[in-house]
Amino acid sequence: MAVGIEKPPVGLSRVAISQTHGENSPYFAGWKAYDENPYDEIKNPSGVIQMGLAENQVSFDLIEEYLKQHPETSTGGDHNSNFRENALFQDYHGLPSFRKALASFMGQIRVGRAKFDPDRVVLTAGATAANELLTFILADPGDALLIPTPYYPGFDRDLRWRTGVKIVPIHCNSSNNFQVTRQALEEAYNSAKAMNVRVRGVLITNPSNPLGATVQRQVLEDILDFVTKKNIHLVSDEIYSGSTFSSSEFVSVAEILEARNYREAERVHIVYSLSKDLGLPGFRVGTIYSYNDKVMTTARRMSSFSLVSSQTQQLLATMLSDKKFTENYIRTNRERLRKRYDMIIEGLKKAGIECLKGNAGLFCWMNLGPFLDKPTRESELVLWSSIVHEVKLNISPGCSCHCSEPGWFRVCFANMSEQTLEVALKRIHDFIKKQR
Amino acid sequence: MESKTSERKQLLSKIATGNGHGEDSPYFDGWKAYDKDPFHPTNNPYGVIQMGLAENQLCFDLIKDWVLNNPKASICTIEGVDEFKEIAIFQDYHGLPEFRQAIANFMGKVRGNKVKFDPDRIVMSGGATGAHEMIAFCLADPGEAFLVPVPYYPGFDRDLRWRTGVQVVPVHCDSSNDFKITRTALEDAYERAKEANIKVKGLLITNPSNPLGTIIDRETLKGLLSFINEKSIHLVCDEIYAATVFSQPGFVSISEVLEEDPECNRGLIHVVYSLSKDMGFPGFRVGIVYSYNDAVVSCARKMSSFGLVSSQTQHLVASMLSDDQFVDKFIAESKKRLAARYKVFTQGLEEVKIGCLNSNAGLFFWMDLRHLLKEPTDAEEMALWRIIIKEVKLNVSPGSSFHCPEPGWFRVCFANMDNETMEIALQRIRSFVVQAKKPKVPAKEKCWHGNLRLSFKASRRLEDAIMAPHSMSPHSPIPQSPL
Repeated sequence: MAVGIEKPPVGLSRVAISQTHGENSPYFAGWKAYDENPYDEIKNPSGVIQMGLAENQVSFDLIEEYLKQHPETSTGGDHNSNFRENALFQDYHGLPSFRKALASFMGQIRVGRAKFDPDRVVLTAGATAANELLTFILADPGDALLIPTPYYPGFDRDLRWRTGVKIVPIHCNSSNNFQVTRQALEEAYNSAKAMNVRVRGVLITNPSNPLGATVQRQVLEDILDFVTKKNIHLVSDEIYSGSTFSSSEFVSVAEILEARNYREAERVHIVYSLSKDLGLPGFRVGTIYSYNDKVMTTARRMSSFSLVSSQTQQLLATMLSDKKFTENYIRTNRERLRKRYDMIIEGLKKAGIECLKGNAGLFCWMNLGPFLDKPTRESELVLWSSIVHEVKLNISPGCSCHCSEPGWFRVCFANMSEQTLEVALKRIHDFIKKQR
Repeated sequence: MESKTSERKQLLSKIATGNGHGEDSPYFDGWKAYDKDPFHPTNNPYGVIQMGLAENQLCFDLIKDWVLNNPKASICTIEGVDEFKEIAIFQDYHGLPEFRQAIANFMGKVRGNKVKFDPDRIVMSGGATGAHEMIAFCLADPGEAFLVPVPYYPGFDRDLRWRTGVQVVPVHCDSSNDFKITRTALEDAYERAKEANIKVKGLLITNPSNPLGTIIDRETLKGLLSFINEKSIHLVCDEIYAATVFSQPGFVSISEVLEEDPECNRGLIHVVYSLSKDMGFPGFRVGIVYSYNDAVVSCARKMSSFGLVSSQTQHLVASMLSDDQFVDKFIAESKKRLAARYKVFTQGLEEVKIGCLNSNAGLFFWMDLRHLLKEPTDAEEMALWRIIIKEVKLNVSPGSSFHCPEPGWFRVCFANMDNETMEIALQRIRSFVVQAKKPKVPAKEKCWHGNLRLSFKASRRLEDAIMAPHSMSPHSPIPQSPL
């Protein structure tokens, strides 16, 4: 039972009482430790460094520069009627100029290998809302979505809490760099069947969180064949697509569909957001791009519960329509993330720590398996606790991501300055030295 | 091909394939008519005037001035861009502290500072739409119900029920007592639910009322509090129109009455608010849930992850609403302008013997056209409504769309247009009513419509005549109407 929530005299709903929001999990101890003692270069140099938050702070200067040079962005160009029109605009179709800019941006990220139709773009307040919304549309309470492990812990809440839908894991391990296999897909499907649970779809994150790696083309083909065979849906959360270190290494499910002439495209839905690639999580800009008309229409209607602020749509429409800006941003952002990645991998290597070979995202997947007392979840948590409280780094233990192999940790590197990253690496280095 | 489509349809959830979204209703005809033929003073002067949208457009000049004079409130201006990064990464579901403070402050001012609001009880949501759904998810399980007095905002059917599986049980109100909520009606509704084996979890009221435009008096509010305490059910008060109370008697918020009732279980009381109506910012999606129940605040806050307010917008709103001088001026001026609009319409309609429910709030009035119905039925109301849309070219909202049990009432919005359009709308209603009152001539439906069309064209000529005083003719150009 949760601590701190009083038993109300009049009942709340089952949803309200349930723990599916996930916030009472032990991993919040890491966040607590950070909140109570946050690192600051000058004011608190021995505080806890936040490496559990997948934020992209490496490219803000580009956006700030753009805004300084384009003061008309704040008004969308015309001061006179614009504030009023903008403040009144609540059409769930979304601002046409914004949809167009977003569709174009998504295409640019895929270097033109896939095109997106602005009329299919459905806007939601963040990917959090998008994923929940799609779940409401694709599955009934009690049904399940298959998700490869390890996965983003937020899915436990986003996909299950209010929807009543279950998650059945597709187990992946390091023997093949955690790629999804056909066998793992079948096993997951069958285990759901054995529990009498109806599977409605597969949800993948590509590039993967927490692995920090893109899904290989062949694996995407296999997954698409699998969902077609089972007559279920495929949701591809491509929120990190613009954070691939090299544009050529990311294959979107959109490209696969195009190559297949959009056969069976009606079962595919893409989720995207500007929270990671553009580093704007506060703006709550998410999108559902579905190849299924009925899903698209229903999603659009449902987006009424979580529309994107028209003020934000206006700002981003102007900014993202500037092709020169977006091309430069996408390219520069990739370079900077790669540089950060190289830096952390190098630093960890020097400390004798290996990571999964990654090529995307705002984090690396670090292997501390060799340093566990025993290859168990408990051992992982003990090691994690030392890292949080002694080394003073808030990183995410693999078990919080439902990883079936103990010893892996997700370490974020894009939400801090290079100096802070150096400090973090030094701390890890010293910690490992002590372990030996 | 068809079987494939139905096969595909089964691939979606029951929520997706059902019609809980509410858009299959016939009332969308009014919107379609407007979309196809929207009024414009110069480009389309005979188009449909939108009077079905409860928007507040009367005070944008004040807001525009403020925005121009406060460039720091925007994170895109030279003056404000220094805060861009900090705001852009802020996604804490507690919301910006200054945002919560400003909202609490604003809510207090709107209630004449007779109550104070605690910023820590303020939870964000995707507009009031998101707030209502969120509260329903927190308070009720699928199959359980909320009591809602009729007539009520049609969106509730979707917001309270669609994804939650919660039901709505109507509480009967009618014009015999100006649609006030009575204890008898509440008990009646509660019993009906009980008999149908439906567990009632709460009562939802909108105060000021949409579509009535009336406020609930203190005695009634006290009565509601004792009812919900007796039955041990929640009370959700949608006070989205709180700042639109434009004349006496003054607005009494549930928060005020709560302070005067120490016996009341505070854990039952929840307020829904938004800036969409009072400020005229529906596009900004600023919804608020304010609960006196700690567990609900906690749960709702977590749920707000699904509909947070854009931090860019929180920043602007925080800045604007903490400017006390501006807020005081805005609230006062808005009331004045709404009152003026209301007066022009109701007086103009009075002159042609059209009555409205006596109201003092909201962005609309509740017009009484019962005497124009051939019979007091929903079908007749819909028939009259179709004429109003197609012939009079006004998109107004028929009472049946609000589940009003008495046919013949229409909600007419008046705050979403400029003065000129308002005059034209008034003219059209007056001309139509003058037509409608002429002695009835029995005729087949075909002829009836035909003559109406003629009469409308003729009344347009009358308008032209009125607009061009020099061509005033002593002979009325309007032929006999068959109505």
